[in-house]
Amino acid sequence: MADTHVAPAEHSPHLRHHFDDMAQQFDSATLGMWVFLLTEIMFFGGMFGAYTVYRSMYPEAFASTSQFMNPKYGAFNTAVLIVSSLSMALAVRAARLGQQKMLQLMLIVTMIFGLAFLGVKGFEYHEHWVDMKVPLIGGHWDYSEAPQFARPAQILFCFYFFMTGFHALHMLVGVGLMTTIFMMARKGTFNEHYFTPVEISGLYWHFVDIVWIFLFPLLYLIGRTKALI
Amino acid sequence: MDFPLWPEAASTVAGDVDNLYIYLVLVSAVMTLLIFLAVFVFAIKYRRRKADEVPAPIHGSLKLEITWSIIPFLVMLTFFWWGAKIFFLNATPPPDSMDVYAVGKQWMWKIQYPGGQREINELHVPVGRPVKVTVASEDVIHSFFIPAFRIKHDVVPGRYDTMWFTATKPGRYHIFCAEYCGTEHSGMVGWVTVMNPADYENWVSSGGISGSMAQQGERMFEQLGCSTCHLLDRQGRCPNLRGVYGSRVQLADGRTVVADDAYVRESILNPNAKIVQGYKPDVMPSFQGQVTEEQVLQLIVYVKSLAITGTPGATAAAPGGAGRRTTQPNGGNQ
Amino acid sequence: MSTALEQPKAQEKPNYLNAEYGWKSWLFTTDHKRIAVLYIISISVMFMLGGIFAMLIRLELLTPQGDLVNSDTYNKFFTMHGVVMVFFFLVPSIPATLGNFLVPMMIGAKDLAFPRINLLSWYIYIVGALFALAAIVMGGVDTGWTFYTPFSTTYSNTFVITAAVGVFIAGFSSILTGLNFIVTVHKMRAPGMTWGRLPLFVWANYATALIQVLGTPVVAITLALVGLERAFHIGIFDPAIGGDPILFQHMFWFYSHPAVYIMILPGMGVISEVVTCFSRKGVFGYPFIAGSSLGIAIIGFLVWGHHMFVTGMSTYAGLYFSLLTMLVAVPSAIKVFNWTATMFRGSISYETPMLYAFGFIGLFTIGGLTGLFLGTLGVDVHLTDTYFVVAHFHYVMVGGMVLAYLGGLHFWWPKITGKLYPDGWGKFSALLVFAGFNLTFFPQFITGYLGQPRRYHAYAPEFQVLNVMSTAGASVLGLGFLIPAIYLLMSLKSGKQAGDNPWGAKGLEWETASPPPTFNFDETPVVTEEAYAYAKHEEEPVG
Repeated sequence: MADTHVAPAEHSPHLRHHFDDMAQQFDSATLGMWVFLLTEIMFFGGMFGAYTVYRSMYPEAFASTSQFMNPKYGAFNTAVLIVSSLSMALAVRAARLGQQKMLQLMLIVTMIFGLAFLGVKGFEYHEHWVDMKVPLIGGHWDYSEAPQFARPAQILFCFYFFMTGFHALHMLVGVGLMTTIFMMARKGTFNEHYFTPVEISGLYWHFVDIVWIFLFPLLYLIGRTKALI
Repeated sequence: MDFPLWPEAASTVAGDVDNLYIYLVLVSAVMTLLIFLAVFVFAIKYRRRKADEVPAPIHGSLKLEITWSIIPFLVMLTFFWWGAKIFFLNATPPPDSMDVYAVGKQWMWKIQYPGGQREINELHVPVGRPVKVTVASEDVIHSFFIPAFRIKHDVVPGRYDTMWFTATKPGRYHIFCAEYCGTEHSGMVGWVTVMNPADYENWVSSGGISGSMAQQGERMFEQLGCSTCHLLDRQGRCPNLRGVYGSRVQLADGRTVVADDAYVRESILNPNAKIVQGYKPDVMPSFQGQVTEEQVLQLIVYVKSLAITGTPGATAAAPGGAGRRTTQPNGGNQ
Repeated sequence: MSTALEQPKAQEKPNYLNAEYGWKSWLFTTDHKRIAVLYIISISVMFMLGGIFAMLIRLELLTPQGDLVNSDTYNKFFTMHGVVMVFFFLVPSIPATLGNFLVPMMIGAKDLAFPRINLLSWYIYIVGALFALAAIVMGGVDTGWTFYTPFSTTYSNTFVITAAVGVFIAGFSSILTGLNFIVTVHKMRAPGMTWGRLPLFVWANYATALIQVLGTPVVAITLALVGLERAFHIGIFDPAIGGDPILFQHMFWFYSHPAVYIMILPGMGVISEVVTCFSRKGVFGYPFIAGSSLGIAIIGFLVWGHHMFVTGMSTYAGLYFSLLTMLVAVPSAIKVFNWTATMFRGSISYETPMLYAFGFIGLFTIGGLTGLFLGTLGVDVHLTDTYFVVAHFHYVMVGGMVLAYLGGLHFWWPKITGKLYPDGWGKFSALLVFAGFNLTFFPQFITGYLGQPRRYHAYAPEFQVLNVMSTAGASVLGLGFLIPAIYLLMSLKSGKQAGDNPWGAKGLEWETASPPPTFNFDETPVVTEEAYAYAKHEEEPVG
């Protein structure tokens, strides 16, 4: 068997030596992040699946819960996340172009929006607590507004807290990621030839955003559809 | 030493199940033997004789691959078809089945008969008559298993399930709980006694000291105050229950459901879940926690009996439709 | 007497084992081969633990009465046996050990795509195992490894959350291993190593990785929901508020059925490698064996309901799941036929790995066929939740998977350690394992049809004779597992040097030293021939 030694075109300080070249390293990292996001889809998917089963079993009970959600906050949060995805995409673009200041600015903006999202969510949780709509804590549940749906509504609220809770956890990790990326950017780690961590963090952030896009209508807007016929 | 290698067959389906099983064993034995033989023969016939020998490569054969994919699959389809036949048979109790109710609770089986007899871990049935068992759980998932009859069904809390059999041989056979349910899971066992008709009549007539299930249900109905509204009310506070069982009920939200076992159970335990058209929520209190699963069954049998009285010619229809179809707690719209 | 370790370093070629010494060089390594060795050690420990629970179970079942321990303790025994064996031995085993070691080498790479994630994966496994051990030490879990609700959420008084957390964490180890393998196989193949030239062991691990990545998150969220329901005393599986305990089963089995293919597919990959080497002949039907791995992975996601035929699902759902269960058996059958055909007109030798392969083919055939019994609706109604099921899955998991693992360990031991073990002892142990295994589990098919339910602490007296046979077999089986542990460990000190390729096998891993150098190859290989090109005229490069 003839032997050839594949010489790397450039010897970037970031090249991990089990890779032949930076292109292979970048491709691997992005494929790796896509595969990871696939696992996250399955993770949230389990909850979406279970939600679908119960919503088809108790459609009115689920619909009755929407009056206790605040779609204004939900819509605001949706907008916040969409804009944060924009700023994230701009951050990745800046990294690819080697625009250090822009990169750092966009990362900060993204983080601020992420924290704003979490702040609003915290406020919403507090409101639910005040309204006695937290079945998770013993006795903190009162559905006297629509008592015929009291029991299955608890199921929806369990989903609400579990799904937005896991989502918020992922957001928190995302903000932590952004902080790390920001600190690396401050040190001048990234340039046109090496921006992989920014790229893959961007993928993660977009994914967390997309999960929310599904959560918002499914948790907030169930009872607010009007028949189209 | 005398120990069994084959279970007794004492029901009408047991023979069919055994035949299918033997067919499966034979096919598997032949398949296994062929593979064992091939490996054994090849291992010996083609053993390495010279240290440096290298046999010619054989890459494959599309024809072989197709053959040994299609033929086994066709054989498997025969397994599937025969097994499906038995499964559908198990799902359809004969219309003249007699009813028995089995409530599973950690760690015992509480059997109730329409005549009012109650037993713990014992079931008495006549030979030759189809018996439909409605199973319910008071706590965790159990499973009602009678090996001699080759039947089993999980007993899931929050719903009713049914299973049926026709016993063919007098004798005593094991009842096992077959779904792990905690500490004394292996103690949750009992016996089904199959009796020839004369003996069974004797046993039945020594009947329930408390009266039939319907009578016990009627007493509960009065004790709990249900009759005040549901039989005697003239102010339209609640639906009268005469003739309701088995009928189609129009609900306030527009849906129509069948008033089967699960519907009655839900109405008792969670009345606000389904409000009948023309009535208000929050009028009937819930009896969750005040009645056991057994008492709920007695009430159901009683409400069922209200369908028959006053409706001449009404037959004791199999409640809830096809026996083994499971009935969800939100009422048979599944 | 000088041992291998005492030989002066100058005489020993630099390899991954002697490249660095000290605990830090092991615990902070990113070398996939060292990580594989770390896994071999940890998984062996968990296997021993699971085996101890097995012995305790079989001891209790010598008599029909529950007289060795009380019911709660016995329930903990079978739960912990299942949890440890399934999640901490079977699921990680071959991919994390042999897969980690060999996949990069087999494709001509220097390491996996993400070496640090590989190390993280091992640490996550250890943390998960510590949680499981904590659950055991604090008093155990008694829900069965299947954690069915509402028993696990509401009624059990044991350390369910601790155990569930352990499994949840171990799941992430599995996911990361799968992720690593997928990216590695896609992106790190050496020049000339096309998909069509990949060793079947790589195909097997690739298909396994797909399942790990897609299925494991579902059991993770399912167990998380169980833990949350238990912690907050309310949740979505609670019948009192209209929740459905059967939904738990659907979610649980959606992962746990594909999980059994995670367990068996890598074993099948090992068998492909062993049969070709010890028949000295290219595999028969390469595209079909490779394709069947993918087929099993995909169809395996569609059959989970066959664990639930008696839960009250609609008869039509039963039809669907039964039909697809028949279908998923076809790719497995294809593999067995192709391996047998590989032996046809081969040149067969009987070293230890090949004996394990023979055993695998026979026992997996029985195990797989008995799976069809359980997939057949009318018969499953009688057999489900009896010892027939226990026998079936031990035939495929132990008779299949564990035999493949042992065969693989014996096949690649010289490569991993540079040492040879005494083949006579290897053969003897393989025969002990085969004999002991059949004596243990075949009687359970019979007691199962008789109606002995599983998870029973005490059983009906007429089942005793067969249970005694089973326990006797288990002792032989245990011995068969113990002896290799001894001679393999001894070989590290006193085994003969193995040389690069003691078996004369084809494959990139055999074209480098035993043990291999840290970066696997002195120079990146260029691949010019098909896999298993044993025949002489195929050795010349084409073009």
